[in-house]
Amino acid sequence: MEKTVSIFLFGKKYEVPENLTIMTAMEYAGYQLVRGCGCRNGFCGACATIYRIKGDRELHACLACQTKVEDNMYIATLPFFPLVKQVYDIETIPTTETVMMQLYPEIYACIGCNACTKACTQGLNVMQYIAYAQRGDFEKCAEESFDCVMCGVCSSRCPAGISHPQVAMLARRINGKYLAPGSAHLEERVKEIKNGDFNELIEALMQKPVDEMKELYNNRDIEK
Amino acid sequence: MYSEKFQNSLELVEKARDKNIALEPERMTAKQKEDLLAAFHPDYRQDQFDVLKIGPNKGDKVPFELAEILQAHSRITADSVDLSAPDYETDVLIIGGGGAGASAAIEANEAGADVMIVTKLRIGDANTMMAEGGIQAADKPNDSPAIHFVDAFGGGHFAAKRELLSKLVCDAPEAIKWLSDLGVEFDKDADGTMVTTHGGGTSRKRMHAAKDYSGAEIMRTLRDEVINRNIPVIDFTSAIELILDENGNAAGAVLMNMETKELLVAKAKTVIIATGGAGRMHYQGFPTSNHYGATADGLVLGYRAGAKLLYAETLQYHPTGVAYPEQIFGALVTEKVRSLGAKLVNVKGEVFMHPLETRDVAAASIIRECGDRANGVDTDNGNGVWLDTPMIEKIGGEGTIMKRIPAMWRMFDKYGIDIRKEPILVYPTLHYQNGGLDIDANCMTTNVENLFVAGEAVGGIHGKNRLMGNSLLDIIVFGRSAGINAAAKAKTVTVGKLTLSHVEKFEKEISDAGIKTETVSPKLLPNYTKQKSI
Repeated sequence: MEKTVSIFLFGKKYEVPENLTIMTAMEYAGYQLVRGCGCRNGFCGACATIYRIKGDRELHACLACQTKVEDNMYIATLPFFPLVKQVYDIETIPTTETVMMQLYPEIYACIGCNACTKACTQGLNVMQYIAYAQRGDFEKCAEESFDCVMCGVCSSRCPAGISHPQVAMLARRINGKYLAPGSAHLEERVKEIKNGDFNELIEALMQKPVDEMKELYNNRDIEK
Repeated sequence: MYSEKFQNSLELVEKARDKNIALEPERMTAKQKEDLLAAFHPDYRQDQFDVLKIGPNKGDKVPFELAEILQAHSRITADSVDLSAPDYETDVLIIGGGGAGASAAIEANEAGADVMIVTKLRIGDANTMMAEGGIQAADKPNDSPAIHFVDAFGGGHFAAKRELLSKLVCDAPEAIKWLSDLGVEFDKDADGTMVTTHGGGTSRKRMHAAKDYSGAEIMRTLRDEVINRNIPVIDFTSAIELILDENGNAAGAVLMNMETKELLVAKAKTVIIATGGAGRMHYQGFPTSNHYGATADGLVLGYRAGAKLLYAETLQYHPTGVAYPEQIFGALVTEKVRSLGAKLVNVKGEVFMHPLETRDVAAASIIRECGDRANGVDTDNGNGVWLDTPMIEKIGGEGTIMKRIPAMWRMFDKYGIDIRKEPILVYPTLHYQNGGLDIDANCMTTNVENLFVAGEAVGGIHGKNRLMGNSLLDIIVFGRSAGINAAAKAKTVTVGKLTLSHVEKFEKEISDAGIKTETVSPKLLPNYTKQKSI
């Protein structure tokens, strides 16, 4: 008999094998998940979950698919959180802190409690990336927030009502489009293709008998 | 930290590490690869396939599990849905909210069409979100679309539809530029040069990445753009049947609210199937790297409406799924780990293959190593081989792992394994549906008018095996193209009377063929209740 632990799903007690994740434990208990389950691999943020171990004051946040159950774990999933996402035109927005003042002015009401950072399911320094956003340092905000899966737990803990993942999303897009250096070789290649520079080569490949294609493939030179 | 039982093998791996780093393993010859695949690749296991008895691909072989849902009953009967007062009317209806669907929506919107997305989970709950390693494009001076073509054509066993493959490689640089202009943050040097690496089977370093969150970075940017454009996204709503018009052309879909089960009708001038893959079908009992909703819905919808499948018998088993710990069994370990220098090592500490063979060859080689050769590491949950990640830090310098593959570090760190210092255990996992619906170069199906397909639901772009980084590429190239073409076509379409007679006809085919089944499809979601782990 494998070892089991007691968990409490929305307050109700279940005995489940100790080696399960919170997500597979819910399924073991009989839940057919629709909400709160996406990629099951820690990338999509669908399965944000909060839990507390009985007798412990601290509230933890995690992704249900990436966290093992523990004995006496009180679990509540947070399959949706009403983040504020402002709509904007990426082609015409300002690329300085003005844009944050216009779209997400609440970030300037941050009281520095750091609850967002403590709650982050990815272990990111959330308050720090908001500080970068406040002063328009979007490159640093982008870097610091890069691993965000937009689960929204940070925002659920924020007394200032900040939608941190959306602030970071805006910063990353501004950085990616406007602040990061352009790629000359990419622009050049796009131009060459539009100009038809490769048409002849491709046309030849379209017609080549399979035997000749095999010859070509098996003897191609491979960059070290 | 690995338990006692792994220590002997771990010591051998560590002892051999410097020697293994210096080793340049030979690549297999064409003949060696053929023999290996025939003996060990799951696609070649004849007892795992069934012959389709009905439908456009009658007589073709597909995996058992796929045959079952292709030849299953509809969730509705033709006369149980009122088509006379549609709940939604739009020019372009997109089924699926992953990378292909989102790209299509943005381009159709750009072209001035009315467009809406329906998706059974949330927008972005898709395999796109989970693609880690990167996206290919021949944009370096030593590379060209023609070289990209040869790599992909050979890697796919010379079976790709050339008109689709040439579109893939020729539109690739433009796809990268489009994403970059939307704000996707590709890894670049200080002067803007894209940081590119090899993938299995590439002859040039053309893998662009955003750390090992490449797909997530692309998907969240596309999602943001879809919302910025006020494109309606009807989430937690699945398409359960296509609707045709009296002329047999695609004209909408029957939708089902995933939570309330309410049925809704969407009428459209053109329809794009962008429903993604099938990993959650767990073909041949394999675990999968795919997202929760990957159940081949689009293939079922299309097939029942008369659309043809191409290469549905070919699946991709990613060579490096997680073999241990069991909590993340089957999860993807990106090929980029090998691009950065980590080699595959057996229980004795021996490198047994070149780490950058194509995926089918690498998967078959690992299966052989763990099977016939009995050189696998017993994980208590099957066997695996080592992927020696500490090599990356030795080759690229300390800090390389945190900079280039932070998601991989995080995934294992949660279970007390520091991949900078310890190798990881891997085994093939069901990863990609090579086959799918047959389309022409405009993304329209070859035999149902006004029905377009993009992304993993398409068959024929890659042939019978796909190279790393060509899927993120195809969802963008063909997603955009489907959006543009479906929007253009919508301008010329007058929708006739709506009908579900094809559903009725298909039911009759099932019974005429003597198929006895209780199964209904599309499957929509796997059922994992009461299962200990998957």
